[in-house]
Amino acid sequence: MVAGGRGRHVATRDFRLELDRFAEAGSLGDGLARLEGRSVLLAVGDMAKAAAALIDLDGVARRIVLCPPGAGAEALIALARASAADALVYDGDAPAPKIDVATRVACRLPPAPAAAPRVARFVTEWAMPTSGTSGPPKLVAHTLATLTAAFRLAAGQRWATFYDIRRYGGLQILLRALIGADSLTLSDPREGVDAFLVRLGQADVTHISGTPSHWRKVLMSGEARRIAPQRVRLSGEIADDAVLAGLRALYPNAQVEHAYASTEAGVAFVVSDGRAGFPAAFVREVGEVALRVVDDVLRIRSNRAALRYLGADAPALKDADGFVDTGDVVALSGDRYLFVGRRGGIINVGGAKVHPEEVEAALNAHAAVRASRVFARKSPITGALVAAEIVLRDGAAADEATKRDILAACRAALPAHKTPSFLRFVAELPMTDGGKVARHG
Amino acid sequence: MTTRLTILAAIREVAAEQGKTVAPLDDDLPLMEIGLDSLCFAILVARLEDALGADPFTAAGDGRLPSTVGELIAFYDSALV
Repeated sequence: MVAGGRGRHVATRDFRLELDRFAEAGSLGDGLARLEGRSVLLAVGDMAKAAAALIDLDGVARRIVLCPPGAGAEALIALARASAADALVYDGDAPAPKIDVATRVACRLPPAPAAAPRVARFVTEWAMPTSGTSGPPKLVAHTLATLTAAFRLAAGQRWATFYDIRRYGGLQILLRALIGADSLTLSDPREGVDAFLVRLGQADVTHISGTPSHWRKVLMSGEARRIAPQRVRLSGEIADDAVLAGLRALYPNAQVEHAYASTEAGVAFVVSDGRAGFPAAFVREVGEVALRVVDDVLRIRSNRAALRYLGADAPALKDADGFVDTGDVVALSGDRYLFVGRRGGIINVGGAKVHPEEVEAALNAHAAVRASRVFARKSPITGALVAAEIVLRDGAAADEATKRDILAACRAALPAHKTPSFLRFVAELPMTDGGKVARHG
Repeated sequence: MTTRLTILAAIREVAAEQGKTVAPLDDDLPLMEIGLDSLCFAILVARLEDALGADPFTAAGDGRLPSTVGELIAFYDSALV
């Protein structure tokens, strides 16, 4: 899987994985042979080990199950059951998780010379939990072919991502790095955005991907000008005009683009014109990626989609025509589709439906607002009310006048039931481990 | 501030925010005639929960709900005892 070339590497804060080492070395030692043909739970502590183990396991394991960072024993047992795992790769620098599998292999860095050359006999299935912001996780199965079908690689790219490589969005970037990029710089959960930006500047990165929530943190960072990327990519959440315009102003030489992708449907399309939403012309059923809108929800059929859900009694991933129902609600506005929100995330205010995302977009359009989170507050009268938390831009006063001004702008843009009834200023918003605004809890 | 004053101030505040005109707030005024719609009333009840620490509408097990301004004040007064 790993392309040759000297100096190519994947760097975390604490480790630099030299990719040309993997021709004759590995992170799993003699244990790799015992993992042949197995369904392997990959549960290691840091991203350097995860990357090294993935390189070793592809083609050797029958199935690799990417466990999310920090997954506890209970979560691992559930993942093992859903994926029929019979082997575990754990972090050699930490106690092995107590999971009942036949084969256990420690992952250690730096890579050690391999006793025998790695023989790839399997088209390995790559299984990972879906990245939904609500509901219990489901496992989907990909292959290297579905995971890499969207790539159009060019030479000289130095990538970085805010994502964890054990989830779909980050794995996309890791695979780009393994297959052809010059380098990849990864974040560390123990470092803040400022320190990460300093490292990205030192690595002279050219391509960076993250969620709009990640990028709003960059817009708020005093270290944002440490980097001068050629391409800035947003995905995983709705990219609104405010964050796109902010990034264009910050990085005038960069192409600021937002990609639509999901763990189930794969990478569907990239929007490069700098505006929220996507051209209505994208909705067509020819070419590698076919788009359909059914009951205002986007459906996608492509060679990048996952194969199926794993586990007993798993629902069908695709409809009769091979389309994946994304659950993302879209609305046609002129010649453009705009993302409205998640089908399951609707707040019901006395029978009137409110998508948190449309309210957030209205809030974020205000000059004083950097980021926002909209959620339901229970009401005995209307069932729910709309509440919002706001992170202000530098220099905006956290006072009643600002609050009134933001709400007045909301009322001008939205009907009364969508305008937040409760609004408070916060220093930061709760985020999921995947870098999205946390909508529950 | 007394419960009465808190409630009357909250009614006027919510009405002002939502661009509604309220009728003179006598105790006998039916709640339906204050000039607040159900959204305003929902906001009022939530604000009062924050201000007074009680939500008698959620707590009301026997389904007896106030129908006038005076009953609304008494409703909160009894919940706060």
